[in-house]
Amino acid sequence: MAADIRPKRPFRWHIGIFLAPAVLVYTAIMILPLAGTLQLSLFRNIEQHQVFVGLENFRTLFGDPNWSVGFWNALRNNVWFFIIHMIVQNPIGVMLAALLSSPKLRFAAFYRTAIFVPTILSFVIVGFAWKLILSPLWGVAPHLMDLVGLKSLFTPWLGKEQYALTALSLISVWQFVGIPMMLIYAALLSIPEEVIEAAECDGITGLSQFWKIKLPLILPSIGIISILTFVGNFNAFDLIYTAQGALAGPNYSTDILGTFLYRAFFGFQLQTGDPNMGAAIATMMFLIILGGVCVYLFLVQTRLRRYQF
Amino acid sequence: MSTATHSLPRTIGAHAILLTYTVIALFPVILVIMNSFKSRAGIFGAPLTPPTPKTFDLIGYTTVIGQGDFIHYFQNSLVVTVASLFFVLLFGAMAAFALSEYRFRGNSLMGLYLALGIMIPIRLGTVAILQLMVASGLVNTLTALILVYTAQGLPLAVFILSEFMKQVSDDLKNAGRIDGLSEYTIFFRLVLPLVRPSMATVAVFTMIPIWNDLWFPLILAPSEETKTVTLGAQLFLGQFVTNWNAILAALSLAIMPVLILYVIFSRQLIRGITSGAVK
Repeated sequence: MAADIRPKRPFRWHIGIFLAPAVLVYTAIMILPLAGTLQLSLFRNIEQHQVFVGLENFRTLFGDPNWSVGFWNALRNNVWFFIIHMIVQNPIGVMLAALLSSPKLRFAAFYRTAIFVPTILSFVIVGFAWKLILSPLWGVAPHLMDLVGLKSLFTPWLGKEQYALTALSLISVWQFVGIPMMLIYAALLSIPEEVIEAAECDGITGLSQFWKIKLPLILPSIGIISILTFVGNFNAFDLIYTAQGALAGPNYSTDILGTFLYRAFFGFQLQTGDPNMGAAIATMMFLIILGGVCVYLFLVQTRLRRYQF
Repeated sequence: MSTATHSLPRTIGAHAILLTYTVIALFPVILVIMNSFKSRAGIFGAPLTPPTPKTFDLIGYTTVIGQGDFIHYFQNSLVVTVASLFFVLLFGAMAAFALSEYRFRGNSLMGLYLALGIMIPIRLGTVAILQLMVASGLVNTLTALILVYTAQGLPLAVFILSEFMKQVSDDLKNAGRIDGLSEYTIFFRLVLPLVRPSMATVAVFTMIPIWNDLWFPLILAPSEETKTVTLGAQLFLGQFVTNWNAILAALSLAIMPVLILYVIFSRQLIRGITSGAVK
């Protein structure tokens, strides 16, 4: 009976057939181009031929002020973009999730659904809608600030070099706060009832219960959210492009690695596009993201595991 | 449940904070939709009031529908999203079944290989993807986008679906084998119907980034015939910077289909996230 059910000897073709389409598409469209991009960064187009130049492109990227100034500026802005996300998005997400998960809260489903709405919208919509709202022409933002007596603080944030990047980061936070909220909410719901009851027996309730019992238990989820945010931020492009254009104005103050890559690859104004330099920048982004993921996997996750059940 | 933790002031405080944040989350969306139904004077005169009979005007919508070929862009987006979604779900489920059902050499290595793409964004390979598409003559075709989005969606789909497929009872599958069903029939007839709820979760997660993506349409398919609605809206908004009626109407047109789908599927999506599918 068992012989033809799961034969041990003959090659099990069906495994290959089940795996083949996914592996083929994934390898051909994702892995090979990724490897190809890393490889391209070591070549340069000289007289219509791709010539191997070793790390020459990276030397240009870091040594030639035409490139290095832009690269460091983009990297610095990207780090700031990430920091704002970490210090604004995650605490708000945790707070909202903690409030939502309190038992017997009415309208919890409504709040959840409503707060998640911005996350499903495209960057084009979000970027433009906020551009309109913050526009001094329309006057919605100054009008609202006038209602609370803060009108004097209004400036066209997106147009000022010192504020534009922070304003855009906050817009991005507004859009994505739903994700940490949902993931933390899920983590809070999965805390066993007994743990909470034991804490209540010991007289630990309310806020101190949150800090002492729940927060340590949801740390792994906060770790996952941090790495997701990191990967998303260092790969971001759309919001800056829609709100500020490929030049990431004013005066490159909102330039991040994604827009820098786009300009290097496709060219802009006086500079022509250079696929090899684009590949070199993509390689740097790859290394940064890989570094972040490794830090997470080897440092953060192994430590956090200890608190898990 | 102890009552001490849910005192009245605490509940009111919780509602106040949640309500405030809900207003912050919804305000821009409502503001845009509300003003898209107003005349220019209404938009600038009283942006915060809903359209009244005096300010009601559909000029923005007539401009958008007259100028941009939005119906066509919308069709493109629909074709790309539905086709990619179909391939992600089919190929993803097949691979997830192979990984979760059979023990074979290289199983966990294959799982790890497919999971790489969850963390490393496909965008970093853009330079070589464009070369590949140019070489195969797929630039400015919807096929190029479908291929890229299929590859982009597969890693997460395989990861989530294999978690769920592990939960399908072995007895059921073995009963099928005893009845002489082939492995393919077991997959398509027994396992797939059972994991349908998780397929819906994966579908929602895959769909949103594809529908909203700007990067690949901009790079791989910027021609008039292949523009997606996201790219079309972006270009349209760029051209009509001073025509506020048209901009607000275009934004509303882009928001509404997504919003309607979300309201229909939000229960599914939220259950998907909170069931611990993404951990």
